[in-house]
Amino acid sequence: MARMKYRDALRAALQEEMAADERVFCVGEGIGERGGSYKVTDGLLAEFGRGRVIDTPLSEAGFVGLGVGAAIAGQRPVVEILFIDFLLQAMDQVVNQAAKYRFMSGGEGRVPLVIRTQGGAGNSLAGQHSQSLEALYYHIPGLKVVMPSTPRDAKGLLKASIRDEDPVVFIEHKLLYMTEGEVPDEPYEIPLGRAEIKRAGHDVTLVTWSHMVLKSLEAADKLAEEGIDVEVIDLRTLVPMDVPCILESVRRTGRLVVAQEAIKRGGVGSDVAAIVAEQAFDSLRAPIIRVAGMNTVIPFNLALEKSAVPQVADIITGVRAVMGGSVDDQSRTAVAAG
Amino acid sequence: MSEIGPQLLEQMYETTATIRRFEQRAIEQYRLGQIRGYLHPYLGQEGIAVGSIAAIEPDDYIVSTHRGHGHAIAKGHDPRLMMAELFGKETGYCHGRGGSMHVASRAIRNLGANGVVAGGLGIATGSALAIKQRAGSEVVVAFCSDGASANGMWHESMNLAAIWDLPVIFVLENNQYAVSTPIRDSARVEHLSTRAAGYGMPGVTVDGNDAAIVYGAMQEPLRRARAGEGPSLLECMTFRHGGHHVNDPGLYLPAEQLAHWKARDPLVLLRERLTRAGVGEAEIAAIDERVEQLLEEAVEFATASDNPSIDEFRAEIAAGELAFVS
Repeated sequence: MARMKYRDALRAALQEEMAADERVFCVGEGIGERGGSYKVTDGLLAEFGRGRVIDTPLSEAGFVGLGVGAAIAGQRPVVEILFIDFLLQAMDQVVNQAAKYRFMSGGEGRVPLVIRTQGGAGNSLAGQHSQSLEALYYHIPGLKVVMPSTPRDAKGLLKASIRDEDPVVFIEHKLLYMTEGEVPDEPYEIPLGRAEIKRAGHDVTLVTWSHMVLKSLEAADKLAEEGIDVEVIDLRTLVPMDVPCILESVRRTGRLVVAQEAIKRGGVGSDVAAIVAEQAFDSLRAPIIRVAGMNTVIPFNLALEKSAVPQVADIITGVRAVMGGSVDDQSRTAVAAG
Repeated sequence: MSEIGPQLLEQMYETTATIRRFEQRAIEQYRLGQIRGYLHPYLGQEGIAVGSIAAIEPDDYIVSTHRGHGHAIAKGHDPRLMMAELFGKETGYCHGRGGSMHVASRAIRNLGANGVVAGGLGIATGSALAIKQRAGSEVVVAFCSDGASANGMWHESMNLAAIWDLPVIFVLENNQYAVSTPIRDSARVEHLSTRAAGYGMPGVTVDGNDAAIVYGAMQEPLRRARAGEGPSLLECMTFRHGGHHVNDPGLYLPAEQLAHWKARDPLVLLRERLTRAGVGEAEIAAIDERVEQLLEEAVEFATASDNPSIDEFRAEIAAGELAFVS
């Protein structure tokens, strides 16, 4: 095991896959000479050359579409989109082209494409550079959606995504790039569709993903001091979703809190809540609580921004509420959750 | 123009006749209620698909459009399986999952028709990049339209193909109407091919109703693409023989203009070329008879084929990536 930053773990996955398979290449804005805005592709140009580390014009629809075509023609492109907010420029390519090609061609074609991008608030980048948009892609049949929270998961899931035969939207979080964690020395990949229990507990199931996993673990530590034993499930991949893992946990704990950075309405957390209500209602001892971002554009001002997305205290409040907390606590959750 | 021998000319005539009769039989079956959804006939534009695809090799790729039956047939798709797909049958190219706008085949190297105008142009640049990365000598013919030329994806794809010298030939089928909007209301330039200069690639405009002219006009773009010199834009002027789709009567098409272009019917022009090349009436009639028989078989095959099984469809879903969230 080596300690490694999230961004370096991502680079290791790209480097290993490119070295092992000449069909794998990277394409995106400023990924070559500049090494990417978050330095994920730093050094790859020197090792693999301009034919496989391709700097593009600011032309998201054009080069996402190019990725779709290269994948159909047998390559394994990894397309980097600087901000998930910019992927909206290429929505037709993702939703109408990449996601549907295999189905509509009657299985004639596959699209082994990875779109790497990043989202989330926390750097005072305002409304067009801070969104959590995973629900848009989660909604579309034919796409897989991956959102790793740790360096180990980032590397293992990126490798699995590159090896997958279908299009994967791989969403990183801008606050995770500099976080560190243990990464195995030996080769490994983490299969898509497997959640991980990041902290075992008996009292409450807390389902979360991406950067909210870190906040959830911190909340769980604090709640442990109050005698509340929280089980934190990191979904890691939203599609396919590891529903059996969630249900098994809820059947043990009898309580569910879902914590997401994205706004509550129409979110993936709402779907998790609905799935549990449909399939494990008899196990629930309390109403499900969703802790989520406020119904707002992400503000520029750092304090406002912080108030718009769930913090550790909001998760704690949500867990206390599902444990039968005071009326005050519940109303606070309602406010925090928008 | 490159010389076209009588044998190739006969092949081009037969392909044109096949497309013509395929579309006419499809429209007939649509009116009988055997085909549903949208059907965008290629009637009147056959010269472009036939001339451009006759100029490329079987290993070369095409990327098609919503008006794609002609491209598919010219590239070698079996009209029986095409017709079955239009009928939505299990025996069709997409097993009834895609229909008219989504026929594709790996073996035939048709990377697919597309339901979104300009939406497939990324598939063209991307497959061309794949060819380049593998140091292949194939080219990609990207069919697009005057309508597509107003879309950002067209501009982005032209630019990417140009800056990376990708082996793409953008064959722009200018039928002068984007659904019902005439090109004069959509563009300030007289010839869309002049836009090529803005991307740093050559662009020319030719008569798209004459397959032999299109064939000849393909030679320089093909030479460039295979030599690694990059993409070209080939604008082919043409006109639809009817509305945007089978249920659009096309009343907005000026009668005089329509008559002008119908007088220059791609099928008639090829027949005249055949006659001039010394091919006798009896031989041409034999081709027509063969085509007639093939399309009769296609309709019979499509009619006799089974619909896809709903149980199998549901089993596929259950076995697929959505199983976990159902």
